[in-house]
Amino acid sequence: MSENLLDVHGVTKRFGGFSALTKVDLHVKENERFGLIGPNGSGKTTMINCISGALNNDEGNIVFAGRDITTMPAYKRTRLGIARSFQIPKPFVSMTVLENLCIPLEYAAHQHSHGAELQGEAMEILEIMSMADKADVRTGGLTQIELRKLELARAMAAKPRLLISDEAMAGLSNTEVDDILEILVRLNEEGLTVIMIEHIMRAVMNFSERIVVLDAGEKIAEGTPDEIVNNKDVERAYLGA
Amino acid sequence: MSNEKRLFLIVAAVLVVGAFLITTQMENRFYYKAAYVVLQYVVLATAWNILGGYTGYVNFGTAAFFAMGAYTAVALIKTWKPPLYVLLISGGIVSGLLGLGIGYLTLRLRGVFFSIATLALAVVLQMVVSNWDYVGGGAGTAILKPRSVPLFSNYDEFLFFVMAALAVVAVAVAWLIEKSWVGRGMAAIRDNEEAAECMGVPILKIKLFATTVSGALMGIAGAPFSYFVVYIEPTSAFHLDYAVNSLAMPMIGGTTSWLGPLVGAVLVGTAQQIATVTLSAEMNLLIVGSLLVGFVVFAPDGLVGLFGKIRARLVGKEA
Repeated sequence: MSENLLDVHGVTKRFGGFSALTKVDLHVKENERFGLIGPNGSGKTTMINCISGALNNDEGNIVFAGRDITTMPAYKRTRLGIARSFQIPKPFVSMTVLENLCIPLEYAAHQHSHGAELQGEAMEILEIMSMADKADVRTGGLTQIELRKLELARAMAAKPRLLISDEAMAGLSNTEVDDILEILVRLNEEGLTVIMIEHIMRAVMNFSERIVVLDAGEKIAEGTPDEIVNNKDVERAYLGA
Repeated sequence: MSNEKRLFLIVAAVLVVGAFLITTQMENRFYYKAAYVVLQYVVLATAWNILGGYTGYVNFGTAAFFAMGAYTAVALIKTWKPPLYVLLISGGIVSGLLGLGIGYLTLRLRGVFFSIATLALAVVLQMVVSNWDYVGGGAGTAILKPRSVPLFSNYDEFLFFVMAALAVVAVAVAWLIEKSWVGRGMAAIRDNEEAAECMGVPILKIKLFATTVSGALMGIAGAPFSYFVVYIEPTSAFHLDYAVNSLAMPMIGGTTSWLGPLVGAVLVGTAQQIATVTLSAEMNLLIVGSLLVGFVVFAPDGLVGLFGKIRARLVGKEA
């Protein structure tokens, strides 16, 4: 157990009478590339919300780096090392791109240091994401694609141990998907653990070492990309019986 | 200490000393009364903006915080007539605690629902005070101001000086918050609360800080009110003018910086004082209302934002 960075035990989340997640287990190893897939409405984003602390799960517990974080507020989880991007971009609209990155750098990565070195670090991240030319642009002036890249850049700025990418690549062109995959692979090589939620199968199948499939709030399959592709239950969930 | 901070402190000190020097030179009591009202709005607008402008929670209940400060003072004056600084501190504490309570509402209420709750708070508190006979109840009560005060030739001049000093303190507090990590966290909350929390911003702590500081400053502004008006009753202390003005002034001046509420309060407050004398007392809100509509439609970033845009355009042309 101890080599797992993230352990999700029997997590259930209900919205009124509707059960969005039912007793789901996830185990993510340190430095793993982990894929989470499933049809629309299968509970992927709810799972991410429970892990990042945006929602509290009703049953089960979540252990990160040996600490039970089930009831911990989201900001503390970020400081412990869990960062996420949002499926629908949620930029800080009154700030420039650079200032957007300074928030997690200041609050999560360094906790209240400020000044030139912070901006320098933010610029480094923007250069990795090839967005350096947009540093002083307000987020209102960004395209949908740039907003998605900003989401990922901002999550990286929290200097996490676990990065959760929630459909960061939807709507991107093939070359842009490759660019982002390359960045994620490089970060992974430097020690980052990545959970990727993605509808672009080419991306998630190439990237992930292990994949979990959710359907209607339940885990229906787990395994390597090859095992998942040949799994009958997964085929049925996606295409119908 | 940075140069910026030092300059700000020097300007603040000069303004306070300047306000004192004015009282040794000028006689006409009306100007002190008018200036007191304008300065009171500098405090209220600045306080409102810490929560409304920086953090994005629109408070319609300014009158509640202001009146709680005023009535805390009235209750104290009725019991043992403490010196003014005790009234200021007590008013600040009571309204600060009220602000802290309102802060916990933000756990469940956001956007317009929070605003409605603050408006309701003002109505409920007005009812309570109206039925509290010790502080005069609905009919109100007369407050005798101290006959003399050292260094000042009369109490109105002293109150003007106190409010000038409070205005400087309020703006300095807003400025310090804006330039600190807390201020940047507030901006993140205003822009997107969920994203802010996921980026490591302790949103509840910062929101509670904002509501408490904002409420406390409003309470401090209200504490000398009964000495100023001499006769205090709930309808005037809880008047809707306070809520409307302290919201409109930052909107007109600009909500994202400390300068906006200051500019808005000085311009609109002065215009109101002039209109009261030259036109009629009822013209006040008409002026504010039309200005507010105009700014929301044509210059949503207020005067400060408008000025910034014009400057950017001029610089752009030169380049």
